[in-house]
Amino acid sequence: MAFRAEHEMHKRRLGRNVGLGLVLVAFVALVFGLTVVKVMNLGEMQAFDHVVRPEMIPVEEGPSQ
Amino acid sequence: MSDTQAYTQDAEASFGDYVALLKPRVMSLVVFTAMVGVLVAPVPVHPFLAMTAILFIALGAGASGALNMWWDADIDVIMKRTAGRPIPAGKVHPREALGFGLALSGIAVVMLALATNLLAAGLLAFTIFFYAVVYSMWLKRSTPQNIVIGGAAGAFPPMIGWAAVTGGVSVESVLMFMLIFMWTPPHFWALALFMNSDYSKAGVPMLTVTHGKKVTRNHILVYTIALVPFAIGAGFTSIGGPLYLAVSAVLNAGFLWGAWRIWQRDEVQAEADKYAVEKQVFKFSLLYLFLHFGAFLAEAALKPYGLGGW
Repeated sequence: MAFRAEHEMHKRRLGRNVGLGLVLVAFVALVFGLTVVKVMNLGEMQAFDHVVRPEMIPVEEGPSQ
Repeated sequence: MSDTQAYTQDAEASFGDYVALLKPRVMSLVVFTAMVGVLVAPVPVHPFLAMTAILFIALGAGASGALNMWWDADIDVIMKRTAGRPIPAGKVHPREALGFGLALSGIAVVMLALATNLLAAGLLAFTIFFYAVVYSMWLKRSTPQNIVIGGAAGAFPPMIGWAAVTGGVSVESVLMFMLIFMWTPPHFWALALFMNSDYSKAGVPMLTVTHGKKVTRNHILVYTIALVPFAIGAGFTSIGGPLYLAVSAVLNAGFLWGAWRIWQRDEVQAEADKYAVEKQVFKFSLLYLFLHFGAFLAEAALKPYGLGGW
């Protein structure tokens, strides 16, 4: 049984689907990258509630009393 | 206005047709000016954040282009220059373009807010509103001064880029805005003088048609004179410097000279040499804007070596 010849419209649909797929993958990568950059810039805070913890900032050792 | 009954969708859209809805040529100018706005700001920014900001400013501009094509589909089909656009060509349904434009506007504004700050996102939302509603829906078909006020939409990107990095608006970003805003009218009117456009057939009031070419020539000279203080003034702020000032002085002298020559000519002279001067000034105006922003960039690039700025 012979396959039907592919219509030009199918090619166009494929191109559109592949294009949209690539755009979505790029968007996911972008959001991931954005998350990494934002989290790395947060500094001294803990992840569970995203509140700055001053006690996490290393304190320089003073002379023992 | 879009009348959905008037368009038959006989061809299926390709990926490229959706890209064409975003007006990629306009987007390239937005990318350039927004990038300058981001890079000349006096605050260090993570390169990934800078890239993201520029991307979503450009996407917002593209989305407003899609909304413009949705609204203007009825006149685009009449004019030869625009008849091949995706909607008049029957490839994309007007409502689909509307949905596409609205969705991308939302994505661009929300993502810019998440990546940078609310002020930048607010300015982007205002720009989209300004281009799609104030310019396309209201001014374009009602006044020959349409491009003067509509030019503001094209002037916002460097200001948004600056706001994305600094979180504020300053004299520098306002001057970058004014530079594009005041440059747009003489740039477009120089084009309108020699372009045989069918705007009148489509019912769009262009100054050359409503008031004649002599008045247009007067307008070009007046707007060019008004542009000069903003261009030169930017040289005395933190984004300017000796290099910028030198470049700007030469470019403004050239642009003024061109506007003066356009003003002195009449239609007989222009017809005789096929609008040679007008074409020359139009090309020069493109170089004018590109080199001004290039000079801002050069000043910022030279700063780490102690050469740029004042």
